[in-house]
Amino acid sequence: MIDRRLLTNIDWMLIGFVVAISLLGIMNIYSATTPYKIVGAPYYLKQFYWLLFGMLVVVVACSVDYHILQDFSYWLYGFLIVLLVAVLVVGRRSMGATRWLSLGFFTIQPSELMKIVIVATFAKYFTGVQTVDGLSIREALFPLGILAVPAVLIMKQPDLGTAVLVILIALSMAIYVGLKWSTVATFAVVTIPAAWLGWSKVLRPYQKNRILDFINPERSRLGSGYHIIQSKIAVGSGGVFGKGFLKGTQSQLRFLPEQHTDFAFSVFAEEWGFIGCLVLIILYLTLVLWGLNIARRCNDRFGSLLAVGVTAMLFWHTVINMGMVIGLFPVVGVPLPFFSYGGTSMITSMVGIGILHNISMRRFMF
Amino acid sequence: MTEQRFVREITESKRRILILSFVVGGIFFLLLLRLWHLQILNADDYRNMSENNRLRFVPVAASRGAILDRNGEVLVSNQPSFSLAVVPQEVTNKDELLDRLAKLLGLDRAEMKERWEKGKGRAKYYPIILASNINRDQVEIVEENHLRLQGVEIEMKPVREYASGVLAAHLLGYIGEISEDELSTKGFEEYNPGDYLGKNGIERSWEKELHGIDGGRQLEVDARGRVLRTISESYPTVGNSVVLTINAKLQKVAEDAFGDQAGAAVAMDVNTGEVLAFVSKPGFDPALFSGKMPADTWKEYLEDKRHPLENKALTGQYPPGSTFKIITALAGLEDGKIDEKTTVNCNGSYELGTSIFNCWNRHGHGVTNLKKALRESCDVYFYQLGERLGVDRIAAMAKRFMLGAPMGIGLAHEKGGMIPTSEWKMKRFAKRWFHGETLPVAIGQGYVLMTPIQLASMIATVANEGTVYRPFLVKRIIDADGKPLKEFKPEAMGTTGISAEKFRLVKQGLFAVVNEPGGTGGAARLSDVHVAGKTGSSQVVKLRDSKQATPYQYRDHALFVAFAPYEKPEIAVAVVVEHGEHGGSAAGPIAGRMLRAWFDGKKPPSKKTAVQKNNGDEDTADEPPAPPVKKQSGNGDDSDD
Repeated sequence: MIDRRLLTNIDWMLIGFVVAISLLGIMNIYSATTPYKIVGAPYYLKQFYWLLFGMLVVVVACSVDYHILQDFSYWLYGFLIVLLVAVLVVGRRSMGATRWLSLGFFTIQPSELMKIVIVATFAKYFTGVQTVDGLSIREALFPLGILAVPAVLIMKQPDLGTAVLVILIALSMAIYVGLKWSTVATFAVVTIPAAWLGWSKVLRPYQKNRILDFINPERSRLGSGYHIIQSKIAVGSGGVFGKGFLKGTQSQLRFLPEQHTDFAFSVFAEEWGFIGCLVLIILYLTLVLWGLNIARRCNDRFGSLLAVGVTAMLFWHTVINMGMVIGLFPVVGVPLPFFSYGGTSMITSMVGIGILHNISMRRFMF
Repeated sequence: MTEQRFVREITESKRRILILSFVVGGIFFLLLLRLWHLQILNADDYRNMSENNRLRFVPVAASRGAILDRNGEVLVSNQPSFSLAVVPQEVTNKDELLDRLAKLLGLDRAEMKERWEKGKGRAKYYPIILASNINRDQVEIVEENHLRLQGVEIEMKPVREYASGVLAAHLLGYIGEISEDELSTKGFEEYNPGDYLGKNGIERSWEKELHGIDGGRQLEVDARGRVLRTISESYPTVGNSVVLTINAKLQKVAEDAFGDQAGAAVAMDVNTGEVLAFVSKPGFDPALFSGKMPADTWKEYLEDKRHPLENKALTGQYPPGSTFKIITALAGLEDGKIDEKTTVNCNGSYELGTSIFNCWNRHGHGVTNLKKALRESCDVYFYQLGERLGVDRIAAMAKRFMLGAPMGIGLAHEKGGMIPTSEWKMKRFAKRWFHGETLPVAIGQGYVLMTPIQLASMIATVANEGTVYRPFLVKRIIDADGKPLKEFKPEAMGTTGISAEKFRLVKQGLFAVVNEPGGTGGAARLSDVHVAGKTGSSQVVKLRDSKQATPYQYRDHALFVAFAPYEKPEIAVAVVVEHGEHGGSAAGPIAGRMLRAWFDGKKPPSKKTAVQKNNGDEDTADEPPAPPVKKQSGNGDDSDD
């Protein structure tokens, strides 16, 4: 199946960064979960298994030419829309939101898969659009529709974080393709009054409150405001060199919420300080730039679009999660790729890496 | 696409990648800038805050919902209770503080210390409960000496009050502090150490409704633990109340009727499956479980041979004895093995191969048809019928009544009883079924086991002629203002598919049991309402011809199942008296008193007093016009088998 020549094209940079971040993550999870009462296998060990499984996913994702996505992307898109509707109808409720769909033997989270599929769908559509000066309004309408359907369905679950991510990923790809100024202007003219109208006429007070809480967590009385304060104290008290491994008081005394998943970076920042954060951010920055580099080197428009989309996904996850931890963004349940505990996040990110690697190792084929 | 355009496009997208790279770099730079701001410029402030992390969250427990009977009578409600708590991070000298508390309040120092040690490992700002249920005087002492007791707090929690004491203790259950095991169990993530929750019975099964939503205050405190300000506060939401299907008056009459005897009774509405009484005796005091259980009471509970802590109505599995003849009879009718005219000649015993199976009446019942066999509980009739049917046909009929599996009454740990089949025996013992084993099964002995719930359901299904309703205990959920939130409807689990005619043949026999001379259940007869029923005695161990008094734990269980009125059934009752020996004399009167109470409760009050008086002086509720019934089952020493 795999051309032997391809094996000589393994992208060690890409794999190296991912493994480095993941190992730092596992070390950090070890520290973050020491104050927990553990039932079953310890979290860091489970995360290690997820990493191994993720590498397997990368190998599988590489074994088939990524152009297969070009042929099937619309079908995949349709299939996922059906799943998203199914989730709303029969999904398993968990923590106040319906995100999981049980397939009998295992459960899946269609909104998570949608991130990848929206990338493939957009890549396919934009491959067909011949444009140099950017998308006209007419050309932008179709992708807007393609985006709106899953975005609304995911928001209904309700999973605002994932919906925002899907929109940001799509928007990043559109910006890469280019938008005519007239298109941008038209959207501004239509969206702003519509948003105002929706705010003042359609939304009920409690819905407005929810949105305001989301934007400004310090508003909410006990929930996210408290978490942001504790997270900022953790990060800030780390100082330049940090308090040392397993010595973070905020994390070891469990002042932090979700400290092995969404707030894992907060634990890391407390224990390793600014220096540690600098190292981690450079790792992420290099990973993202490398992804863009893969897009640049690819001489095939579809592949290049795909690479930009996947990179955008990793980028926005990283920025939103870190921004949340350091109090720049509202609290949304967005994990830090390869770093936060959790199989779903690991697998989605690894599928992305698999696609990137697939594109990277086939760059000489055209 | 022209070649030129393609090249332009490629160049353009490479240019865009470059721009995107700069944007990405810029955004990551902003993140670093923010980290610089937090970790380098303001590091000292944050370090101070982390060292003196004095933001404290004080939970305020929600008031638990009440439990009411079907008529709105309050069975369980709340009263406030105070606990002594300590916030470890604010205590400088632990031993000194413990000494002081022990001296001031007269509490056990060792016990407080033990609780303190147990509470370690959590965040140090989290209060640890040192003593629950302290009295108001002790609360006052703590408040007066507050300055000398730094880090000590009083927490108020609502505690359960059981309006009728031990009434329906097993059904209602009790609440208690969440255990370490529960804390790490799925479904309890929202609970904190020290929280109270339902441990048992209705309190447990309906925990989600009853608990309410705990609130809390987020406080900022100074270095001495004094509250500087309340940052935010959320008020607890009172839990919803549960309205049971139970009729408290009926429940009380039933419990009283047991006296000191151990056993269980279940009463059901035959047309809905609503459980009207759910009795397990002896009872216990549920209030002791949420407060401090005196050691000797606990010991007493554990050592009592009658097992007061066991919910016998839910988990007791008894051989149904002769009450099971109802199933055998219906199996025979349905299979065409017998009709109302089929007779058997009972001469006191039946021989199968080399074994002899005795009728409880050694003198024999003579020529016996179905009605007589039921009325006088003739064993030989059912031995022969059982032999002709085989165990699997009897089991098939029991399955139609949904026996052999838990009925889903909605309480945890419900037992399912046992209906043996030849296949089961092969699987369980790897032995084939012997003919001789079918005979005891036909009269409800051998491997057959049923719970009191199943007994009640069985007789209710006979009464309504074929519908098996799922027994249920909760009628509706109401909120704190009494507004109904959920209403529970009867659920038919299935139908037996037996014709009404065949049911009537059996019911005529059951009528005769209570109302005709020679019937074994005369003790349950009522003056104004026709009762139909079936007695049963089930062997605990095989004892033959022992003329001496049998030790308590080896005596037979006494059973009685009944429904009334015969013409238009409303209520079904099943009574099991553990080691009560004879169904007719031990369990029958209890069923009779329950039915008496039920029909009295429905009557206009004027007539009620007269009947009660009449009923008061004798257990058996026999009325003058009816000839006194000789208690047949009391005759033989080995009344069954």
